[in-house]
Amino acid sequence: MTQYILGRVLLMIPNLLGISVVLFTVLALAPGDPFEELATNPNVPAEVRANLRAKFGLDDPVYLRYLHWLTAMLRGDWGFSFVSRIDVDVLILQRVPVTLAVIGCAQVLALMVALPVGVYAATRPYSVFDQIANTLAFVGFSLPTFFTGLLLILIFSIQLDWLPFVFRSDIAATGWQWWWQQFKQSIMPIMVLGLFQGASLTRYVRSAVLDMIRLDHVTTARAKGLRERVVIVRHVVRNAMIPVVTLVMLQLPIVFGGAIVTEQIFRIPGIGSLLISSILANDTPVIMSVTFVFACLVVLFNLIADLLYGWLDPRISYR
Amino acid sequence: MAPARRDVSPTAEAWRRFRRHRLAVVSSVVLLTMVAMVLVGPWVWPVPINEIDFAAKLQGPSWAHPFGTDDLGQDILARLLYGGRISLAVGLAAMVVAITVGVVIGATAGIGPGWVDGALMWLTDLFLTLPQLPLLILLMYLFRDPLKAIAGPEVGVFVLVVAVIGGFRWMPVARLVRAQFFSLREKEFVEAARALGASTSRQVTRHILPNALGPVIVAGSIDVAAAIIAESTLSFLGLGFPSDIPTWGSVLRDAKDTMDFAPHWAIFPGAAIFLAVLTINFIGDGLRDALDPRRVL
Repeated sequence: MTQYILGRVLLMIPNLLGISVVLFTVLALAPGDPFEELATNPNVPAEVRANLRAKFGLDDPVYLRYLHWLTAMLRGDWGFSFVSRIDVDVLILQRVPVTLAVIGCAQVLALMVALPVGVYAATRPYSVFDQIANTLAFVGFSLPTFFTGLLLILIFSIQLDWLPFVFRSDIAATGWQWWWQQFKQSIMPIMVLGLFQGASLTRYVRSAVLDMIRLDHVTTARAKGLRERVVIVRHVVRNAMIPVVTLVMLQLPIVFGGAIVTEQIFRIPGIGSLLISSILANDTPVIMSVTFVFACLVVLFNLIADLLYGWLDPRISYR
Repeated sequence: MAPARRDVSPTAEAWRRFRRHRLAVVSSVVLLTMVAMVLVGPWVWPVPINEIDFAAKLQGPSWAHPFGTDDLGQDILARLLYGGRISLAVGLAAMVVAITVGVVIGATAGIGPGWVDGALMWLTDLFLTLPQLPLLILLMYLFRDPLKAIAGPEVGVFVLVVAVIGGFRWMPVARLVRAQFFSLREKEFVEAARALGASTSRQVTRHILPNALGPVIVAGSIDVAAAIIAESTLSFLGLGFPSDIPTWGSVLRDAKDTMDFAPHWAIFPGAAIFLAVLTINFIGDGLRDALDPRRVL
């Protein structure tokens, strides 16, 4: 087991290196210059600009810049934001917790919707409930997140005036009041992400349970006289969870994408909105690091999926 | 004498299965109507998309403007009809790119020697771990202006959006095709073709590929929906088509700041995206019933 985990962790390294090469090549090929604004500023002489470029190593060949960047990243030096005037790692660390909290809550909500609905629909296939759930699931993942976000704002913030539509990170209240305000401003982004995710998960849960429910060990469990509830929960759902866990993890790239959109709509100060603002400000070190952080998160969750898979399914051998 | 056997062609059989999926049939009708409206609409509703009329700005739906007007008094129906062409064309073109790349890579991996398979699957896995939307945004931002300068704002952005979206959606198709090739290339009929001296390219194009296409068509239909969502997302974030070229996503972006007193401006483009994506997803589901031979209906 330890050997297996070690092997999987080692396998992450070429993946991460590959991703970093792709990212760096894309950025190096692209036009755009962080010192562009200085070029149009008459108060800054051309020599100063050239010196700045030389100081930050912008004139070196691409492979040198890549190696330079890579060694700096490994040493924990993530560079300096041209725009915010603070270190990139500090900036990202400020933003990551909000994003992870929103995504985490949304995933929990998605599972809370998808598991019961998917299992109930699969135990009664082609019933009225199944058909309604299936149609709603289709509606759910056909509604793009930016449109549901706007609709929720229109209904709950503008028409009913129940919820704030701008996410504030500097709530003045303390104690219970703080939690209540936090809850009120987080509920819409979490609903948008969670319901979108839950809709597609419902269909996966349903088909995973349907595949399982026809197997012989389920018939055996019923023949032993176990109660239907026990059969479903202990013998069907437990096994059906194996593919579902993998899917939840593999869908994370899409969830991160959805988080960028929702953060933009509700103005949540997470790393998604940091990415958009740094792209618009041509802040290369931040763009590079944020995209790389996204990639690392995806690779990390893939690893967790693999390990969970092995833990849930003892038939898998660790090679 | 044996009773006359009724010949049923595979196409007729697939059509029979497809018709049983009632929502898919309804969706086909709705989607075809939308496509027809988008194609002939600008002749039936010949209001220019950029006619500015400040006297009639931010008006709700009326007979003169069935979908209302935006903040410059431009007719929203005309803009949505025009934008629908772009949005649907992006969806189709990106799907073609994704399917082409996916089939070529999947087929090469499925028929080629082991090391080619290994290398291509490593590439596929690498692309699957790339954070898609951040990279889409990055590529759009970096390459939009140069391409605009070369090919003009409309064509340049179109080519870029299609290439970028298609270039990030081929991986599932490649895996699908590879898996199909692995099972098909050991089948007796392919072995027979090989025994008769068919070259590798003939085995692939005449025998293996036609049998592997069913799941690819299903994946392709879903890809159209995903590409439409991706394009509208980019335009909504301000990194797709610019405002002077109305697509469903860019109209929605312009509308989001006046939602409190002109909600119609946001609701119509949003509903158009939703309807197109929903119907395409249902059609994909119907195609799965029709083309998946493992299903018994």
